[in-house]
Amino acid sequence: MVPLSYYLVLSGILFACGVTGFLIKRNIITVFMSIELMLNGVNLSFVAFAAQWHALSGQVFVFFVMVVAAAEAAVGLGIIIAVYRTRETLNVDRVNLLKL
Amino acid sequence: MPNLYLWLIPVLPLVGATINGLFGKRFSRQTVSAIALGFCGAAFVMALWIAAQFSSLALPHVEKLAQWIRAGDFQVDFAFYLDQLSLIMLLVVTGVGFLIHIYSVGYIWEEGGFYRFFCYLNLFMFFMLTLVLASNYLLMFVGWEGVGLASYLLVGFWFTKDSAASAGKKAFIVNRIGDFGFLIALFLMIKHFGSVNFAQVFRIVGSMPGETAGAGLLTAIGLLLMVGAAGKSAQIPLYVWLPDAMEGPTPVSALIHAATMVTAGVYMVARSHVVFDRAPQALMVVAIIGTLTALFAATIGVCQTDIKKVLAYSTISQLGYMFMACGVAAYSAGIFHLMTHAFFKGLLFLAAGSVIHSVGGEQDMRKMGGLRHYIPWTFWTMTAATFAISGFPPFAGFFSKDAILWKAFSSPYGSWVYWAIGVFTAFLTSFYMFRLWFLTFFGEYRGEATTDHGAAQLHLANPSGAGTPAPHGHGHGGIHESPTIMLIPLVILALLSVCGGWVGSERFDKFLSPVLHASVTANAQEEAAATPAPEPQEQSGSETLLTGISVLAAASGLFLAWLLYQRRPQLPQEIAHALGSFYETVVHKYYVDEIYAAVFVKPLIDGSTRILWQGFDRDVIDATLDNSAEGAREVSDAMRHMQSGNLRSYAGWIAAGAAVVIAYMVWTGTR
Repeated sequence: MVPLSYYLVLSGILFACGVTGFLIKRNIITVFMSIELMLNGVNLSFVAFAAQWHALSGQVFVFFVMVVAAAEAAVGLGIIIAVYRTRETLNVDRVNLLKL
Repeated sequence: MPNLYLWLIPVLPLVGATINGLFGKRFSRQTVSAIALGFCGAAFVMALWIAAQFSSLALPHVEKLAQWIRAGDFQVDFAFYLDQLSLIMLLVVTGVGFLIHIYSVGYIWEEGGFYRFFCYLNLFMFFMLTLVLASNYLLMFVGWEGVGLASYLLVGFWFTKDSAASAGKKAFIVNRIGDFGFLIALFLMIKHFGSVNFAQVFRIVGSMPGETAGAGLLTAIGLLLMVGAAGKSAQIPLYVWLPDAMEGPTPVSALIHAATMVTAGVYMVARSHVVFDRAPQALMVVAIIGTLTALFAATIGVCQTDIKKVLAYSTISQLGYMFMACGVAAYSAGIFHLMTHAFFKGLLFLAAGSVIHSVGGEQDMRKMGGLRHYIPWTFWTMTAATFAISGFPPFAGFFSKDAILWKAFSSPYGSWVYWAIGVFTAFLTSFYMFRLWFLTFFGEYRGEATTDHGAAQLHLANPSGAGTPAPHGHGHGGIHESPTIMLIPLVILALLSVCGGWVGSERFDKFLSPVLHASVTANAQEEAAATPAPEPQEQSGSETLLTGISVLAAASGLFLAWLLYQRRPQLPQEIAHALGSFYETVVHKYYVDEIYAAVFVKPLIDGSTRILWQGFDRDVIDATLDNSAEGAREVSDAMRHMQSGNLRSYAGWIAAGAAVVIAYMVWTGTR
């Protein structure tokens, strides 16, 4: 059996990749994907703990996260399309109308 | 005990003041003066009514109107106290006050703020009557402060004039110093006697031994009361406000700063005689202050050229006489002089007002002269007053001044020093009063106002102007007699100045003796030990001699004034020249105002400016607030840059925050 720590390290690496991508990429789509990556990193640790402790609540949480992520993807992509239509760019640094 | 409704006497003028104060602006001048005179006159009539049934009263007659303060055993009431002393004060205040009200109608007729003037005047009457009728020191203090307020308002009546406004402030502030002493005396009474009611305080004090050996509680109370009296009655060292108070309208000077308010201190000392009788040291201080003030103010009065300033210093000097009398335990002589002084000094001020009125507002005596032909009524009334104040028999001032000087010499507390200074002051008084008289009424007219318009000739050509004068305004050319309404009070007061002393000091003393000698009968043995019995009649020979000397002093004052200002008018300047720097010092009133300014006023202002304002208020209080506000602004300015509007920088802050939280949790978890 694969030890728990392996899962957790992989989960941490995935989350860190997501954070890094979120911080350094300018393209909204990539930023969006980085968020999904972070969510899945967290999901991985949930299921790993659930399997370790034989507790179903972790698995249930993951389903919740997936549902929310799906909804978020729908709303997020809608926003991205709306942003692209008005600003004609996907660069997040230029989505700063509120500041101007 | 019959109910005399004593409370009505002070309240009547208050009603007048309220009506005029609230609605006077819409009334005509006639209505305003009718209201003011009506209520003031009603108080006078009531005082007369009380005097009429005085002999049938059980004295002292106390009437309680309402309870005021009650704290444990300590109780103060709105209660009024009538005895011989307050009856005399009552009659003087309402009588002279009413006459001055009448005079004011004519004097102030053309001025702005007519209703305001009468509102203040009635308000003054209310407080003054409260003062003299109060049955406890606290209610007396209310009146005491109230007359100070009315004095402030009336001195600053022409408040657009800067000197008048500051004179009002000066009077008020200097009086505060005296009031401080009065208040501490009140606190001492409350602490040690548990009461401020006259009856209780005097009973407790009456049972205490005299402090002949050393100073104690009674001496302290006496001295503090004297501080209060010195403030209100313009004695050294607090007299400086009274000459400045001459900025007020002349009827105010007559009413407040000659006849009534300034005598409140004398009344208070006489009222508290039970305390002073048992505190010889305090009594001596009173006598010394009175004597010095009498002399000091008289010398200043000699060199003044402003007609009202001469009278102001004369008032201070005469008040000094009254304190001298109180200081040798001759309270009745002091009150007697208070009464006659109210007549002749009130008259002098009113006549001076009439003179000023007639020459169109000029107050400098050097620019008057020869006025006796133009304003005969004023001249003759003022002559009566001048002879009265100088102490010529049979005028009123002779009797009272003679009584004081005799007591100063013969009283067990007296000394020949007081007497000698008193006689010298009487000489000075006579000199400066006749100097005023000669300068104003004799010689040639030295002003220039009339020659421009030729109006004086007009008035001379029409001599009926003196008998039936039309109402005149201020500030126009032409010397003219004052309107009849101003002359009536002058004549009445002139009669009183002549006859007011005929009652005689012995009869006056006898009338007041139930008040002023009550303590002697209360514990006679002790008193007899403390104060030797009055001298037997064998001294009447020396009394006549002393009287002769004081009359001689007055006559020589008259002669000297005649010599210097009538016979040889160039002589005064030569004398002034010969005296050199001493004369300069006296002309500048011994530089007392300058010294006070340098010693008290300037350090206070500088201290307030540098330390309290610039040092504390600006650099500490303001600086704290300003700097914290500035700090908040700067910190916010720095923090503002976090709100860049840049999505990724927000994400960075979130990540950094999360990292900090995680680091903290790891750190706490691994510990």
